[in-house]
Amino acid sequence: MADILPTSIDIDELRARWGSFAWTAENADKAKIVVGRYPPGRQHSAIIPLLDLAQRQVGAETRTQGWLPVPVIEYVAKHLDMPYIRAYEVATFYTMFNLRPVGRYHVQVCGTTPCMLRGSDDVFAACKAKGLAKGQTTADGLFTLNEVECLGACANAPMVQINDDNFEDLTFETTTALLEALARGESPTPGPQGVNRRTSDPEGGPTSLKEMVLENHDYREKAE
Amino acid sequence: MTINPLADKDRIFTNLYGYQDWGLKGAQARGDWDNTARLMQIGQDAIIDEIKASGLRGRGGAGFPTGMKWSFMPKEPTPGRPNFLVINADESEPGSCKDREIIRHDPHKLIEGALIAGFAMRARAAYIYIRGEFIREAETLFAAVQQAYDAGLLGKNAAGSGYDFDVFVHRGAGAYICGEETAMLESLEGKKGMPRLKPPFPAGAGLYGCPTTVNNVESIAVTPTILRRGAAWFKSFGREKNEGTKLFQISGHVNKPCVVEETMSISFRELIDRHAGGIRGGWDNLLAVIPGGSSVPLVPANEIIDAPMDFDALRDLKSGLGTAAVIVMDKSTDVVRAIARLSYFYKHESCGQCTPCREGTGWMWRVMERLVEGNADISEIDMLWDVTKQVEGHTICALGDAAAWPIQGLIRHFRPELERRIIARQGQLEAAE
Repeated sequence: MADILPTSIDIDELRARWGSFAWTAENADKAKIVVGRYPPGRQHSAIIPLLDLAQRQVGAETRTQGWLPVPVIEYVAKHLDMPYIRAYEVATFYTMFNLRPVGRYHVQVCGTTPCMLRGSDDVFAACKAKGLAKGQTTADGLFTLNEVECLGACANAPMVQINDDNFEDLTFETTTALLEALARGESPTPGPQGVNRRTSDPEGGPTSLKEMVLENHDYREKAE
Repeated sequence: MTINPLADKDRIFTNLYGYQDWGLKGAQARGDWDNTARLMQIGQDAIIDEIKASGLRGRGGAGFPTGMKWSFMPKEPTPGRPNFLVINADESEPGSCKDREIIRHDPHKLIEGALIAGFAMRARAAYIYIRGEFIREAETLFAAVQQAYDAGLLGKNAAGSGYDFDVFVHRGAGAYICGEETAMLESLEGKKGMPRLKPPFPAGAGLYGCPTTVNNVESIAVTPTILRRGAAWFKSFGREKNEGTKLFQISGHVNKPCVVEETMSISFRELIDRHAGGIRGGWDNLLAVIPGGSSVPLVPANEIIDAPMDFDALRDLKSGLGTAAVIVMDKSTDVVRAIARLSYFYKHESCGQCTPCREGTGWMWRVMERLVEGNADISEIDMLWDVTKQVEGHTICALGDAAAWPIQGLIRHFRPELERRIIARQGQLEAAE
């Protein structure tokens, strides 16, 4: 369950800011497509995708990674003809829904054992050295740091997910370089950092399927 | 028996590392979607029999025979109560990172497999439940499904087979528990991911109360190749009852961590030397291995080095193959901290529905944190063991078991280390007095 519980934000202020939240034209179309994936009468199935869409819209409006103020959850619940409390249950159960504002870059460092074994302590140390603190947003609103549980990139540990991208095979130095690049407004290339491999192949080149490196290959030709 | 390493011509996931196009054209050039209708012509029961004959056991961790699972589905679904296939792409078990590679680099194997498996179990549609954090991976999957629709491979008369079949992608939002099949169904219905009591089993009443089978990504994605090359081909790899090829995910203290497809039953030593560049600091520096993802107990170095990597051999070592997520720890590892971090993971991910798990995971984690420092009494080791036994088997789903087993493995194999820390700390305290 989510570690970050809702903070007591003034509800009147929230209503003043978000009470008139409504889908943008583009997102209204997207919401329609999402609901269409489920059988008639089963529109509640769309609650997770639509809360994600709403969080992204809040993010776009605030130039951050977005969050879910209560009036926005109410709007989505109403859209799906769902009691508010059922939508709130979902928003508080799943860790990807932010229940308070986050910065422009949401730095989510994996701290679970496979990343720990490969040096996630160094990744956290690099974040700390740049002024990031767990569970907090930097004063300039640029970075929010959180420790997260296994993100499923263990052969490329340690790793961090920043907004929608993974940065992998990190060290103290490459983490520092990454944060500095983001602070300068650059868009660093996702994937393995400073390591000679494409994705999850062994460093220095694959031990299997070597023909695939240069061109697409139909291995059936060789099959007997 | 001798286990020969897998040759490239026998690898199923040929674009595993994403060097080439994941899209439809690239996939077709590698042999995917090659006359899929012909594969389906043999009929639904014949497909199920072929999968049974191949020896394929579920690749999501439990190792249940896939063909048998499919045969539990009703043969004649009624129009108001269709069959569903749900594909588990909620890959969240610490150490596991194979489904991610299938989805982002070979998604058409999964989609073609969904059609064939869905047809075999008389399903009207498949939902692929992908974990929320796989954001780019989900983008690729959505695009690949759209390619399949645009090419007539899904939808009405899918791939010219005469069968109507839809595939929908559904993103989660961060909850390990949704990898449990009934929690996944709850989540797909728009609720908190809390596991259901069984029975009824999903094949009787699953998604929206309809008959449902939940399969792992890898289990579904290997299906088309098994049908193309025959059950005997797949069965020719690995030891009896552990047949096939398998994606291994090697993380931790090896020289070159990687994901690789190998034969089942390959020895641990050969797997690591051949693909992962050996153990960091050499074989004498190996401490222990978690061979199947965080939920299975660790195995000490001397027991695992020459063990076959398969379901039965690792079960005999009181561990398991799980998802074949191999977490390697060398002698520099603080093994108590490594397991304590897993205890934190389970505390974080417990859905809170069952008391033994909700209370037990937090209790076990707090004791583990003290054991890291040796801040405990020696009798508490036995007490911790007893608590793991009270959690294990007393919860609706296996998360309670998964939280208990790593601790049991630690106590079984590293009790002297736990005691050493406690005694060392007591000595320090006495010296300070």
